[in-house]
Amino acid sequence: MQQSAPAKPASETAPAAPATLSAAPRFRAAHVAVPFLLFTLFAILPAFAQFGAEGYILSLVMRVMIFAIAAMSLDLILGYGAMVSFGHAAFIGIGAYGAGILMRHTVDDFFIQLGAALGASALFALATGALSLRTKGVYFIMITLAFGQMGFFFFVSLAAYGGDDGMTLRTTPQIFGQDWLAHRHFLYYLIFACMLGVYFLLRAIVRSRFGRVLRGAKENPVRMQAIGFSPYRFQLAAYVIAGTICGLAGFLLAHQTEFIAPAFMTWQRSGELIVMVVLGGMGTLHGAIIGAAAFLILEEMLSRITQDWKLIFGPFLVLVALFARGGIMGFLRRWGLK
Amino acid sequence: MYTTLIAVQTLNGLQLGIILFLIAAGLTLVFGVMDFINLAHGVQYMVGAYFAFTFTALTGSFTLGLLLALPAALIVGLILEVLVFRHLYDRDHLEQVLATFGIILFLNQGVKVVWGASPLYVPVPELLQGSIQIFEGFFYPIYRLAIIGAGLGVAALLYFLVSYTRAGMLVRAGATNARMVSALGIDIRRLFMVVFGFGAMLAGFAGAMVAPILSVEPGMGDNLLILAFVVIVIGGIGSIRGAFIAALLIGLVDTLGRGFATDILRLVMDPSAASQTGRAIAPMLIYILMALVLIFRPSGLFPVKR
Repeated sequence: MQQSAPAKPASETAPAAPATLSAAPRFRAAHVAVPFLLFTLFAILPAFAQFGAEGYILSLVMRVMIFAIAAMSLDLILGYGAMVSFGHAAFIGIGAYGAGILMRHTVDDFFIQLGAALGASALFALATGALSLRTKGVYFIMITLAFGQMGFFFFVSLAAYGGDDGMTLRTTPQIFGQDWLAHRHFLYYLIFACMLGVYFLLRAIVRSRFGRVLRGAKENPVRMQAIGFSPYRFQLAAYVIAGTICGLAGFLLAHQTEFIAPAFMTWQRSGELIVMVVLGGMGTLHGAIIGAAAFLILEEMLSRITQDWKLIFGPFLVLVALFARGGIMGFLRRWGLK
Repeated sequence: MYTTLIAVQTLNGLQLGIILFLIAAGLTLVFGVMDFINLAHGVQYMVGAYFAFTFTALTGSFTLGLLLALPAALIVGLILEVLVFRHLYDRDHLEQVLATFGIILFLNQGVKVVWGASPLYVPVPELLQGSIQIFEGFFYPIYRLAIIGAGLGVAALLYFLVSYTRAGMLVRAGATNARMVSALGIDIRRLFMVVFGFGAMLAGFAGAMVAPILSVEPGMGDNLLILAFVVIVIGGIGSIRGAFIAALLIGLVDTLGRGFATDILRLVMDPSAASQTGRAIAPMLIYILMALVLIFRPSGLFPVKR
């Protein structure tokens, strides 16, 4: 419901989101049990994957975890900050190209690449965020889209790095001079550790005073200003944090797929990230993980059943939007984990 | 020679702008009146093009095909409105994004199933084939001029409808404050449905009009949708006049930018750097324009007063 029509940004307020604020104690169980289950599952999965098509399962789950990182970073600004970014995939691209471009110039140290990827993402987030946050609501959605598209066309025009087609990364980066990343299980647990780290970092952020200011600015920016906070600085900081973390996801994606392309950062990709967050249930963080997993695994399973899997997947998303308020987490909350 | 090129590109830009206006007009009304983010507006353009293809093939006449494609596009729009959209008007923007994203997936795949994945071609109607000489040594395809003319006609009709009819008055009032209109005893649901159906039909009309000059293929609406969003944001959401001016602006900037960015840069750079930068800058121009507009006028050029 748009309870407060005159204040435009208030219409961004999700019906499910305030529930996590006001009724937090009741959902404590979901907040602990669901992430714990999820992470245990991810942790022990490689032990079972060997009984199936191991390479296929591992690479699918690695993809899930990488997009879970990206979706969680989006959830920070979208679910907690009411900043709907429609250009978030740009950071995946920047992170991936940060790795790929250095690799191309034979800089194959893992940490240098990581630093470059995160640094570039943070800078891009700072510059675009500072400008984007001058606008509100729908206009914010559109200006982030504009910056995302600029990033996309920038990398398309880089003929030296494959242009439209992207390029393959032929070698893996070195960690302390070692070739560990070439081992699948090492890469798996590296991505797992990143996801875990990002989850707890973001959880700490949303719990902190900073996170409360952010949520306050989402609920009512005018009131926040009246009690002496300047939402702009908090929102910008959150935007930069989210962009940097999403850059990490892009960096990991480049090394997991051994390939980079502008296709990582099309507007459809940004839309998919939003869909993952909303599908899982925004403003919960682990909802973003569930959303990413549901999206990618459904996509994978349906596409094995039929070539026209989008005919099933599309209406599924419509049904979720129509009937499952608060996404999958909202659904669980109502039926399972009350 | 160069003048001819500029003239051709300007007309091409105008033609793109007109098409964009036809799509953006519906989008800006749906957005402005119902506060509804309809990502599926682009697929309605695509559906219009496919209908034009089928009906033209069936009847053997593009005019008949076009006339049949319009109600067909309208029906698809109304079906979507009744089944999905009307349940989402008072919901969060993000749930609207989720649902309309699902519809994009469904319809893009749906046309693939029905019409096949390969691009289809619609012949240019016989009456409008060939080119016309506009001035010495400058020929321009008649059909593209016809698109510009038809688009301007629709724009004028729309201007009349919105400015001088009772329905138009309600639409304008709705864009300013939909709840107030509802409180004054107007059946707002019906108004929404009319606006929505009309917007869908306009997008379908745009798709049908471009079918003879572009290939009709799945996903053809996706990029135009984003351009249409750029247009309505620059123009100011809910403003038809803003959408018209912004559409022409975007059409011209995009076409002329792609045509001449490299040449202009060559004046100040060496050729290889110029072609590299030109290729990068040209497709970005409209987004840079949009970002600049929003930075200096955060509610677009012609904001609807609330």
